[in-house]
Amino acid sequence: MESTILKLEQMPTEQKYKEKVVIKNPIEQIESPVLKIEDLSVSYGGDKYAIQNVSAGIAKNKITAIMGPSGCGKSTLLRAINRMHELYPNTHNKGGVYLGDENIYELNPIQLRRKIGMVFQRPNPFPTMSIYDNVIAGFNLNGIKLKRSEKDEIVEKSLREVALWDEVKDALHNRGTFLSGGQQQRLCIARALAYTPDIILLDEPTSALDPIATSKIEDLLVKLKKDFTIVLVTHNMSQAARISDYSMFMYLGELVEYGKTRQMFTTPKDKRTEEYLTGKFG
Amino acid sequence: MNISTEISDRKMKQRLLKDKIFTNVMIFLAFLSGVPLFLILYQLAVKGYRQFNISFFFEEAPDTMEAMIAVANNEVIPGGIANGIVGTLIIVGMASLIAIPIGIICGTYLAENAEGKFAGLVRFIVDMLQGVPSIVLGVIGYIWIVKPVTNGFSALAGSVALSIMMLPSIVRSTEETLKMIPGTLKEAALSLGVPYHKVILKVILPTGISGILTGVILGISRIAGETAPLMLTALGSTVINTNITEPSSAVPLLVWEFYNDPNLVNMIWSASLFLLLLILGLNLSAKAIARKWKVQY
Ligand SMILES: Nc1ncnc2c1ncn2[C@@H]1O[C@H](COP(=O)(O)OP(=O)(O)O)[C@@H](O)[C@H]1O
Ligand SMILES: [Mg+2]
Repeated sequence: MESTILKLEQMPTEQKYKEKVVIKNPIEQIESPVLKIEDLSVSYGGDKYAIQNVSAGIAKNKITAIMGPSGCGKSTLLRAINRMHELYPNTHNKGGVYLGDENIYELNPIQLRRKIGMVFQRPNPFPTMSIYDNVIAGFNLNGIKLKRSEKDEIVEKSLREVALWDEVKDALHNRGTFLSGGQQQRLCIARALAYTPDIILLDEPTSALDPIATSKIEDLLVKLKKDFTIVLVTHNMSQAARISDYSMFMYLGELVEYGKTRQMFTTPKDKRTEEYLTGKFG
Repeated sequence: MNISTEISDRKMKQRLLKDKIFTNVMIFLAFLSGVPLFLILYQLAVKGYRQFNISFFFEEAPDTMEAMIAVANNEVIPGGIANGIVGTLIIVGMASLIAIPIGIICGTYLAENAEGKFAGLVRFIVDMLQGVPSIVLGVIGYIWIVKPVTNGFSALAGSVALSIMMLPSIVRSTEETLKMIPGTLKEAALSLGVPYHKVILKVILPTGISGILTGVILGISRIAGETAPLMLTALGSTVINTNITEPSSAVPLLVWEFYNDPNLVNMIWSASLFLLLLILGLNLSAKAIARKWKVQY
């Protein structure tokens, strides 16, 4: 990790671009953001930071993509938004993340995660539960009692939203783990949606899927942004280009560039972004 | 075609032959290791089948006079091992009630805190426990329960001794099973805002149910045939006793008693057969559960 930082400092590009393009007030780039990340640094222990001084506003009802080479801190940033990084015992962070006016680090993580849902790299439906129970797992596991009709309604609505309803409506009480990978991932998205969060975080949700399943999920995300704010980690540039409205480029724990996706792909401001986008590294 | 290929052909044949011999020897040895079990079963069945009747399961053990008369008249010894069966059910049942929750909690702790110092200590203790001779556990039951609690030999004391004995198998199987469960499952639940304890109780443990149950059943089968610890705790009883603070019989204790009474010696075979079938049954059901209840993830 240290050696890579050194490498960065020695990078000739760094010398060429002496006046590093600093994103001017990246929060204000986005008008009335739902989520504000302010000068956030996250460490998994000790004084090494996996991400450093990240500031960004997240636009409502848009897809924001987080790109960057492996290990640059994409997942760390994403997980810091619903505090899933706290699963690791020695994490600590500086700075803050604001949902509306509330600092999420002052909220109860349990309440927070109702508002900010998450979908993971590998589809992870609960293996002991049926498709139906997977969708309403958020309610069942939290002991939230619903009427049968309410449950039915939530299940159907959520499965329709992820375009899975027609495929599974006759097998709702079968185990979710018998579905194909792509179907499982859509089930996991449905599970997150059912809980009606404001924001959905997805960490490379298609990297374990085949191209057809991937394109289904991409279509789905574009449709879902009408109702949800979506933050998507991807190391697939073309995916970011296809579906995101805003893009972040991260490198070695730093938010190098952030802006409208179209603009970033056509006229990147930072040399490192350009090199990444043209496939020189990553 | 030429000499070199011919030679390699011959070598090839030799190798194949060696392979065949080796495989057959292995099959034979594997078969051989199963022979004792079948011999034992055969022996017990031949000598004990006459005793295997309805009263065997529903009547208390005969006294020595009744048995002597029956033997003298070349009749089947009357009575059965009902006091032992009831005692075993109660003692093993209570031991399970004590050991299962403690063992599962302990195993879960070890799986969840794999690296911790305290976990290392617990793991070490559990391993040590596995090696403690069963008679020593009987002494523990005697010191902990017989003297201070029940003021005399009791089923409860036997249960406590046996619960310690079955603990390691439950702890380790729980730990091993839970460690295999992908972390992504826990993440899925936590990301839905589910509190940690519910994640464990409602997601992780149910996912590991087959492995945990297998460990529990193997633990039960391990203690069901134990005699030594019961000699110092439950002691034995000639009648069916359901009061856990009183001495109680158990099937393995009965085998020992039959052995010590020349008139009852013929009951050894049937009682042993019963015990062996019970334990075989438990082991088979453990296998069936491991297969059938396996959660696919
Ligand atoms: N649980 C962890 N403990 C310690 N370091 C970690 C942990 N998770 C990630 N890291 C480190 O943090 C950095 C960023 O990782 P991550 O956010 O997973 O990157 P990305 O998702 O972009 O591949 C990496 O250097 C990685 O080694
Ligand atoms: Mg990642």
